[in-house]
Amino acid sequence: MTTFFLSVALGLCFLMLFALYRALFGPTVLDRLIGVNAIGSKTVVLLLLIGFLYERIDMFVDIALAYAFLNFVAVLAASRYFHKRKGLYEESFMD
Amino acid sequence: MNILDILVVLLLIIGLFFFLGGAVGIIRMPDFYSRLHPAGKLDTLGIFAMVMGLAMYNLHHFSFEALLLSVKMFLIVFFVFLSSPTATHSIVDAGMRAGLRHWTKKERKG
Repeated sequence: MTTFFLSVALGLCFLMLFALYRALFGPTVLDRLIGVNAIGSKTVVLLLLIGFLYERIDMFVDIALAYAFLNFVAVLAASRYFHKRKGLYEESFMD
Repeated sequence: MNILDILVVLLLIIGLFFFLGGAVGIIRMPDFYSRLHPAGKLDTLGIFAMVMGLAMYNLHHFSFEALLLSVKMFLIVFFVFLSSPTATHSIVDAGMRAGLRHWTKKERKG
């Protein structure tokens, strides 16, 4: 079962690369915010898997809960910050 | 390999499948607003399936502490079900208020 958990964690890291592409090359700021949010929601599951691999799940479940809360607060604060930036996105649509 | 392990493996693979759908949607969708559709929904369901599978695996050796940890994992799922739609709606609201135009298909000339 340890080998299966390790391969699932590697698959999650591989899927994070897709969201990392959107976070790096996203045309607007909010696209980057989507990528960061997707990486954070995968990291919650990854932390639980690391807890099962190290056999310290009693500690890592608290870390995962705190990480989920921190991810939510970060996305909320960043989207409130980019609220009022009118005209920031005009150059990104080249159609 | 009893029936509980098979159920755990099945739930983890279902969760990975939903995460894969979300990642492909984030890459392939043409627009910011349409990219939020896979990012908001498929990640939530992927977390639900994977954390439920891990909580089921945690109850392998049954004790009171293991039950408490599984309840805590269920609380993670409950919190993500509350917070992920709120975060998605907040990002959409920022885009709408900043005047970001949505994607339309180009008119073919002639």
